[in-house]
Amino acid sequence: MLQAGEWAYSETLKEHFMNPKNILQGENTDEFDGVGMEGNLQCGDQMMVVIKVDKEKEVITDCQWKTYGCASAIASTSILSEMVKGRTLDQAFHISPKEVAQALGGLPDHKIHCSVLGDKALRAAINNYYTRNGREDKVKQEEAKVICQCMSITDHDIEDAVLEGARTYFELQERTKLGTVCGQCKDEAEVLLEKFKHIHFGV
Amino acid sequence: MEEMKVYFDNNATTPLHPEVKKEMIAAMEMFGNPSSMHSYGREARANVENARRMVADFIGATEKEIVFVGSGSEANNTVLSLFICGASQCIPGSKMRSSIITTKIEHPCVLETSECLAHRGVRVKYLDVDQYGKVDLDQLSGMLGDDVGLVSIMMANNEIGTLQDIETIAKMVHESGALMHTDAVQAVGKVPVDVRKLGVDFLTISAHKIYGPKGIGALFVKKGVPYCPLIRGGHQELGRRAGTENTLGILGLGKAVEMRALEMPGEEERLLELKHILRNGIAASIDDIHFNGHPTDSLASTLNVSFTGVEGEAILLYLDIEGIAVSTGSACASGSLDPSHVLLATGVDAELAHGSIRFSMGRESSRQEVDYLLNVLPGIIERIRNMSTAYIKGGLHAASR
Repeated sequence: MLQAGEWAYSETLKEHFMNPKNILQGENTDEFDGVGMEGNLQCGDQMMVVIKVDKEKEVITDCQWKTYGCASAIASTSILSEMVKGRTLDQAFHISPKEVAQALGGLPDHKIHCSVLGDKALRAAINNYYTRNGREDKVKQEEAKVICQCMSITDHDIEDAVLEGARTYFELQERTKLGTVCGQCKDEAEVLLEKFKHIHFGV
Repeated sequence: MEEMKVYFDNNATTPLHPEVKKEMIAAMEMFGNPSSMHSYGREARANVENARRMVADFIGATEKEIVFVGSGSEANNTVLSLFICGASQCIPGSKMRSSIITTKIEHPCVLETSECLAHRGVRVKYLDVDQYGKVDLDQLSGMLGDDVGLVSIMMANNEIGTLQDIETIAKMVHESGALMHTDAVQAVGKVPVDVRKLGVDFLTISAHKIYGPKGIGALFVKKGVPYCPLIRGGHQELGRRAGTENTLGILGLGKAVEMRALEMPGEEERLLELKHILRNGIAASIDDIHFNGHPTDSLASTLNVSFTGVEGEAILLYLDIEGIAVSTGSACASGSLDPSHVLLATGVDAELAHGSIRFSMGRESSRQEVDYLLNVLPGIIERIRNMSTAYIKGGLHAASR
């Protein structure tokens, strides 16, 4: 018989879960140059990322965090905080959830959405830094685009649905009710579905 | 303290009782088909019927009222599905009514089958529960009527342990002319269950919750009650469940209830004392917690606690590292995105449901194990809270500022 299986998670993830790096101690964020928070408690995931920035070089010198969430949420924020140190703000802004998942040695499909919040919180912290330093021009909003006018479903909703397990147009409809009234958005939604499947799951 | 292995997830499943194991090892030699007339078959038949008698005796039923099935889920599916047969007159002489009543805290095998019935035209009414997980009898009274054919209410809840007053409920149900089913998977073998005293028409049993094997359960079907099989095409179980009997499983179930009958006396008291020690220990050493479930009308073995600002899967995995096995109502651990439907039904908010942990003890649970858990748990909660956005001592969220 087989022995007790390994965790659903990789060794790297387990290590970051058991010994998380760069946890923000206490509640005081005053000494940091940028603060970002994403997620909410009702959904079971919330992350706060704080950064220190070398203003001359626009390089992140320190990154700390707090996370309310499961093992993969904790580990992905931990590894993200390691990854961003030494990167420029521009580089850090473009870290994708896929990169985080890869650094962790992969994540089970239904856990991908946990790693998405970390880089969202990081981008929020970077935007926060720009705002504080009078650099509003650099702030990049993640504007949502409405795809399905009838049900008011945005590209963000489609991305969330993919992260939550939708793989086919039918599953997308089941989760979002998108395209269930006039149906005109089907083509655009299908393109986005494929795009997000590719971005997050490489398929 | 030295590391221990502590299994506090007995509501999920239980280890085989050593006596059950012995019985099953011996039974592995017995390969005959109980339907065969030769000596191999007769040996198997005799043992299957002996096990049936054990199960029947254990719940105060007659042997013919026991149908062996593949699982508790199958038993529950069978009961709900036969309702459709009754309503569409495929059971001769029976014209059942067109609505059923169940609760919001049932096991998914009841809830999802109910949804399926709804798609097939059955009207399904869902009972609310109060903050402790108790069904509202006034609401039930209001729902019962000429249209209701079947009521299905679990006896003990798997997540929070709350016990329902099935005896009173069954009386109300019968007065209105409906049939009564109870999923007693978590109750049988933990609290006394007598089908006559309860007055139910159907009752579900599962072996692996009471130190028996997986893949075997039993459905009590009261004599004279309309019935239609879920799995058709064989004369086994008096035509009520087709498929060659799972002789090994059936013998295991028979032995499991035999051992329960011997070991139950005194056990509830012992577990209740352990639960009090666990509950008081957690309350004394950890701030900002919330106990879920009924304070008294509850399984002695089950304690469900929510920890503010902490997500349950993280607790579960840190405890696993320390050798302690528990389960959580958090969405993250389940693969779905919603936390426990049971806790949400009791009015617990989603955040506390995500942070819930169920400790379910069993016949082997000891004071040493409880002490070990109490020694380890506060440090784990503190550690997770220290890295959480959602917890500041006193309960103010970082997010709210």
